[in-house]
Amino acid sequence: MSIALTGEQSHATAGPVVQEAYYEDVVRAFIIAAMFWGVAAFLVGVVIALQLAFPVLNLDLEWTTFGRLRPLHTSAAIFAFGGSALIGSSLYVVQRTCRAPLFGGPELAWFVFFGYQLFIVLAATGYLLGITQGKEYAEPEWYVDLWLTIVWVVYLVVFAGTLFKRREPHIYVANWFYLAFIITIAMLHIVNNLTVPVSFVGTKSYVAWAGVQDAMIQWWYGHNAVGFFLTAGFLGMMYYFIPKRAGRPIYSYRLSIVHFWALIFLYIWAGPHHLHYTALPDWTQTLGMVFSVILWMPSWGGMINGIMTLSGAWDKLRTDPGLRFSVTAVAFYGMSTFEGPVMSIKAVNALSHYTDWTIGHVHSGALGWVAFISFGMIYYLVPVLWRKKEVWSQALIEWHYWIATLGIVLYITAMWVSGIMQGLMWRAYDEFGFLQYSFVETVAAMHPYYVIRALGGVLFLTGALIMVYNLYRTVKSGVPEQAALPAAAAAAE
Amino acid sequence: MPTKIEKDAATGQMTTGHEWDGIKELNTPLPKWWLYTFYATIVFGIVYMVLYPAWPSLSDHTKGALGWTQRGELAQKMEAEQQRLAPIMARIEATDIADIRNDPELMGYVAAAGRVAFADNCAGCHGAGGAGAAGGFPSLADDDWIWGGTPDQILQTVSYGVRNANENSRINDMPRFGVDQLLDRAQIDDVAEYVLAMSGTATDAAAAERGAAVYAENCASCHGEKGEGIVDLGGPRLNDGIWLYGGDKASVVHSITYARRGNMPAWAERLDPATVKVLAAYVHALGGGQ
Repeated sequence: MSIALTGEQSHATAGPVVQEAYYEDVVRAFIIAAMFWGVAAFLVGVVIALQLAFPVLNLDLEWTTFGRLRPLHTSAAIFAFGGSALIGSSLYVVQRTCRAPLFGGPELAWFVFFGYQLFIVLAATGYLLGITQGKEYAEPEWYVDLWLTIVWVVYLVVFAGTLFKRREPHIYVANWFYLAFIITIAMLHIVNNLTVPVSFVGTKSYVAWAGVQDAMIQWWYGHNAVGFFLTAGFLGMMYYFIPKRAGRPIYSYRLSIVHFWALIFLYIWAGPHHLHYTALPDWTQTLGMVFSVILWMPSWGGMINGIMTLSGAWDKLRTDPGLRFSVTAVAFYGMSTFEGPVMSIKAVNALSHYTDWTIGHVHSGALGWVAFISFGMIYYLVPVLWRKKEVWSQALIEWHYWIATLGIVLYITAMWVSGIMQGLMWRAYDEFGFLQYSFVETVAAMHPYYVIRALGGVLFLTGALIMVYNLYRTVKSGVPEQAALPAAAAAAE
Repeated sequence: MPTKIEKDAATGQMTTGHEWDGIKELNTPLPKWWLYTFYATIVFGIVYMVLYPAWPSLSDHTKGALGWTQRGELAQKMEAEQQRLAPIMARIEATDIADIRNDPELMGYVAAAGRVAFADNCAGCHGAGGAGAAGGFPSLADDDWIWGGTPDQILQTVSYGVRNANENSRINDMPRFGVDQLLDRAQIDDVAEYVLAMSGTATDAAAAERGAAVYAENCASCHGEKGEGIVDLGGPRLNDGIWLYGGDKASVVHSITYARRGNMPAWAERLDPATVKVLAAYVHALGGGQ
């Protein structure tokens, strides 16, 4: 199924009619994959949240212990769900905003899809079998890393090639962010995963870096996975779908430029704040903290551009729950990108580091920003891609929105309380200067909050299941969008 | 594609004259508060980098105007803390536990310091509060002492541990009566019943009676004629219904057959003498000290 290039252009001054068509099948596949992996990631998240509250749920089986399921959860959420949403949406956006079909044709695009899904499956099965590099968010072993490198380079070729072929004089801001995401992730992935396999027929490898250098490179990678995968990539998504859905121009082109370059320049320095008060040299910690603090406003530039784009269309927040997902996502983005710089300040980090506060922070970003902006994108794209008038049930989107929002609130408030309590208990002294609590007492004190967190996760998962059902019904029995179909596409169908 | 630059009715801002897939852009200036806050964070960053170690060179890095280092701060705080505690730690080290017990100030310190040291070093095996745990981790809160419950005996046990490589370690080895075929299956069964009878939990009176002779010959030398235990040998008391490895018949049979040889580290090798003494006094005060 494909549609003619000029088909959906809303303006009358369309360029010369071209016969090539946008490739949408692969986008549809990525959207389905994103929903599948999203539900899987949320489900495993609920399981491991319950394991923390009730350790008996580890089941005493090596494959189901927290240690193996936790990377399964994080990779499923970031790389499988987030990655599929990012790649799928980027391949959609780049075609529309360049008025050019994908470079390399359907073959390369499908290679990216199946190659990426294979990467996910290889990584996930490895975790369950205990195959891991032990590097957070970079757990897959060398053979998976090599495969992902190939797939990623092809993805870059497809994306950049499409940009080169564009029929627009300028490159749209969404594509700046998508491109920054693709290039930087390639660099981070390769450097952090430079390893020497023990044998080419075995899974085990040893990383090229050692000691504190390894730790620094790991968190240079880890923080910029946040910065370029979970921030820049999803900002790209935001820059297309919010103005599109709101029907409003982007608030400020100047802000786009300034905050883009500031964000790209500053983020790459911020990694050392993950290693405050460790063997990392003092000067490195200073730079990590300082650049994290300066990063605050560049991050907020995206929030301003996202939210203020609704100027003149605020009423749509009330009537369009899909758009509300996107805008709430930007609000959570603003909150997380304020919280992050605060937590990077050494005095704050001394309290927050190693506590659940960090987990709460990550999830206000992951659930509130990444997942919500993706939900908004999916609610927009599914009717467009499957040629439906609208999503099957607006009421179910409302239900999804409120259930998921409640879930996030439960999750992050529980982790704030738990994390700050944990940090304060660790540093509580008695009159003689002795620590007041042993470690196990802090663990016991966190139990109720672990239960609340798991409940928040259940709500978030429930919301996602509602979305899947709603969109399934949309595809199966939604009202066809006949009117908007151009003649060429109608014929193709 | 290029479009006409026009005024946006809702905001009064001009567009940029770009359009992509129907999306236009406004040319709104940077929000002032945003720009000035951005500048303020940059100024903060510069000041911070002047004050603290920040920029690397080929062989070194800038030290910062304050001369602060993370290690220096830690060393300073540790030094201050050690100096603050030095007088009372010196008094603990120089005082017998019996005398410590009569000194409310020292005992107050022992209660606080001992609780922390115990939680960090001992609770892993002996449980929070010294309640002990099934499987060979003795309760320290009752008056059943394997190696003795006087202050000096406890100090000895804490300092040198049980069945470890330290030359002062407390050592005894119960024979593996079953594995090494010192007793046959029936004898083990009988003597187990006899041992259970000491605390009134035997199920087979005839077997218990037969076990008496086996006990006298094989067990009494360490566990005492009536199972009252022999502290000097570390032979646990058997007639009080307190069991280190379980008091059901199967567990007792297992103990006789395979023997149990639990270990405890020599804490004098790991902790300073005053802390070891604090732990001994703390354990003595848990409830069962003699």
